[in-house]
Amino acid sequence: MKKLLVSILQFPGTNCEYDTVYAVEKLGHDTRVVWHKENKLPVNTDLVIIPGGFSYGDYLRSGSIARFSPIMNAIKEYAASGGRVLGICNGFQILTEMGLLPGALKRNNNLHFVSKKQTIKVINNDNAFLNQCKKGDILNIPVAHADGNYYIDDWGYEELVKNGQILLRYCDNNGESKVLNGSVQQIAGICNSEKNIFGLMPHPERAMELILGSEDGIRMLKGFQNR
Amino acid sequence: MSKPLENIEGLLKSHKLSDEDYQHIKQILEREPNLVELGIFSAMWSEHCSYKSSTKYLRGFPTKAPWVIQGPGENAGVIDIGGGYAAVFKMESHNHPSFIEPFQGAATGVGGILRDVFTMGARPIANMNALRFGSIDGNSDINKYQRHLVRGVVDGIGSYGNCMGVPTIGGEVSFDESYNGNILVNAFALGLVKTDEIFLGIAEGIGNSVMYVGSKTGRDGLGGAVMSSDSFTEESKSLRPTVQVGDPFTEKLLLEACLELFKTKKEIVVGIQDMGAAGLTSSAFEMAGKSAAGMRMNLDKVPAREEGMTPYDFMLSESQERMLVCIKKGREQEVIDIFEKWDLDVAIIGEVTDTGCMELFWHGDLACDMPIAPVSEEAPVLDRPVSRPEYLNEINGITVDDYSSISDQVAFEKLLTSLEIVDKAWVYEQYDSMVQTNTVKHPGSLDASCIRIKETGKALAMSADCNPRYCYIDPYKGAALAVMESGRNVAMSGAVPKAITDCLNFGNPENPEVMWQFAEACGGIKEACAELSTPVVSGNVSLYNETNGKSVFPTPAIVMVGINDDENKVLPSSLQKEGSLVVLLGKTTGQFGGSLYIKKLHGETTGSLADIDYRAELNLWKLIIDANTKGLLESAKDVNLGGIAIALSKMAALSSMGVVASIKSSDSRDIFDESQHRAIIEIGKDNWDDFKVIADELGVPTDIIGKVGGEKVKVSSVELALEDIKNIYFNRFAEVIEQDL
Repeated sequence: MKKLLVSILQFPGTNCEYDTVYAVEKLGHDTRVVWHKENKLPVNTDLVIIPGGFSYGDYLRSGSIARFSPIMNAIKEYAASGGRVLGICNGFQILTEMGLLPGALKRNNNLHFVSKKQTIKVINNDNAFLNQCKKGDILNIPVAHADGNYYIDDWGYEELVKNGQILLRYCDNNGESKVLNGSVQQIAGICNSEKNIFGLMPHPERAMELILGSEDGIRMLKGFQNR
Repeated sequence: MSKPLENIEGLLKSHKLSDEDYQHIKQILEREPNLVELGIFSAMWSEHCSYKSSTKYLRGFPTKAPWVIQGPGENAGVIDIGGGYAAVFKMESHNHPSFIEPFQGAATGVGGILRDVFTMGARPIANMNALRFGSIDGNSDINKYQRHLVRGVVDGIGSYGNCMGVPTIGGEVSFDESYNGNILVNAFALGLVKTDEIFLGIAEGIGNSVMYVGSKTGRDGLGGAVMSSDSFTEESKSLRPTVQVGDPFTEKLLLEACLELFKTKKEIVVGIQDMGAAGLTSSAFEMAGKSAAGMRMNLDKVPAREEGMTPYDFMLSESQERMLVCIKKGREQEVIDIFEKWDLDVAIIGEVTDTGCMELFWHGDLACDMPIAPVSEEAPVLDRPVSRPEYLNEINGITVDDYSSISDQVAFEKLLTSLEIVDKAWVYEQYDSMVQTNTVKHPGSLDASCIRIKETGKALAMSADCNPRYCYIDPYKGAALAVMESGRNVAMSGAVPKAITDCLNFGNPENPEVMWQFAEACGGIKEACAELSTPVVSGNVSLYNETNGKSVFPTPAIVMVGINDDENKVLPSSLQKEGSLVVLLGKTTGQFGGSLYIKKLHGETTGSLADIDYRAELNLWKLIIDANTKGLLESAKDVNLGGIAIALSKMAALSSMGVVASIKSSDSRDIFDESQHRAIIEIGKDNWDDFKVIADELGVPTDIIGKVGGEKVKVSSVELALEDIKNIYFNRFAEVIEQDL
């Protein structure tokens, strides 16, 4: 196993940074929590995680203000040079607001926050993130969001399908498609066409131990150490 | 200082002070008060801040035990949970504001209780809430308004707690017409702190600085504490401006900044207090009052949200997300650096003096100069008249036999649809229950909620309980049973119940019958806490829950907190294995006083309560805890609303496993009875003999009533397909609450 240095961003209002530290360290990797006013990432960063929470209180729109933080220039450069970035929940929202991932995340279709254990299906595994999962695997991973309703236009959707960019879809316990929040084609997670930037609404860092109800998150986060 | 007040009579009325109070104030000041001083007295002597009606009865609550680190009197109570760590917790009401403006009222209730916890140096790790609404099912204007309140309150609680990154892990929601005019919103928070890193709300050390941190002060919530100390009338809608507006994002920053200060600059923090009800007034007087020092503050230095604010506004504003901190002289810049890093306002606004007086300046002019000690120490303590309510004479003698008979099957199906029984996923799925990755027993899992403590490998169990119907027919026993039920729920998860916090919600104390209910309930809590060795470590009183002369049912909400020594041994309350034995523990004696059975089927709250057997209760707890430690049990659930039939139905619905059981009884209705000191356990056949030995030693009656398995729930003469029960259990609440969307 390759030991990674994982840089975990912290904005005002981020609230899953220490959960993410705990999860990543459980896998044996090193972590650094990086304050949003920094200009540079720690050298030798192998993976950047933008964790969940309510950066800037989700005011204006979820993720819309965080993209102006000083650290985000470093993130753009890091990603442009092929560095791996994973956005979880609010992190996914920030990545779409920055234009690093296509589409947008709207208010859930029932207008409520939704927090529950949710089954999701692995759609593509040919990437640095989900390579330890099999296509069609059904994972039990918590969701907790108000703005997780993924939207993309028809052309964009075709591109995602064509390039294998759709990572995960919400499903029922049998793997059948199931509406959770109104996302286009029940999309729960995607990546960019270069497959180095990943975003998903579910929280793998909350599914690392059976005592909490699921350890399916291990299989997901382990992917990064194998490629 | 300023010109004498005109129209004293009108001012006293608007500040809810009596002539007697006014004479007392003049005696304390040895002169006429000015407006600022009058406002300060009004806030400090309000029911909300002074507990003037309730103090008499709160004295004598059991508050001590070897594991209690801090009892009532601070921002929150603290108990030792082992391994060098302590749990800090409290529950508080936000009833009045939530009825007027449900979203903000409930949101700021959560914000306030979280501040109480992190003020003490603890990181909040769990939220819960206890909510009471009026009747929500129906088409009347009241039903529609109540549904609106449910939606607003739930949204408000979620929006605040979720943003703070504190999981809301459980609670209770119930409904009764008695809350049609006054809903109850009680918020609980629990935090984790090292036992040697607890901070208190004190200002001492002459010359030390008084610093203001957090949000700017605005005019919102002006007079909120005074508003909460009155009943509602038709005009109460005009009170909306007295409801504060919450900003959870700022509070999250305040939390992180405070914890960073405590962690990195522990040695420079003398004390800290949040600005809750009565804002700067209560925090400053309480901090200085505890050390018997004096305090000087320059109100023009307080960060202001708008121009034109007066000393009166600054002292009485209830703007949220603010703290007052006492810092060692000369170390102020270190505090400023931390709060500026988190983009928060921070200002040195005063210092500790030795005068024993609160001196407030406004651009160099003295705006107020009053002695500190008498304001709190000489606050009026009332001995209000009490009188046993007339209604008790009418209802206490009624029994279930006084009602027309209903077939057990019909009763079963009706009870299952009760909104008190069905799953509340519609509510709790709007709360992030899993952030911080500690939640082991989630909302909706029945009985207590549990979190593990990463630092120690232990788990904490907590449960919010109160049956207002019991409290209505017998406030003394009803309150004692609330303590007992919360303890029983905690024990069902395998944890040892340790201490409670309470939130005492009652009607108008000026009504002698309400005051009697209050006095009785306090008596019941005292008795139960003493008998069960679970002291009261914090609490809150909310009176004047009355509208147009009608008071709510007496509602002493209790949260019990317990410790499970092994995070891996948290016992579930839903069925686990096909083929296990289902065993009833305790005696079924045909108790229907205040039962869901009479309420749901006959629409009334009547009867009386059986005597409480604390020994039987403690033995039941010990049995479950010991058997669980030995790994003998699959699951356990207490038996309460709707009796054995409903308890088994819930356990089955949640696990998607059927169950067939029957009890021996001469009265077929006993499957719905609500006798105390009972539980249902699920146990493997192989473990039964070992279990039976412990049960016999403790003298707990056992009865193997059935087996897990199959596609139906059958309890004695009643039965329903598992699928039908699940359908009702999981869908009914959403159907009711969303009917007008």
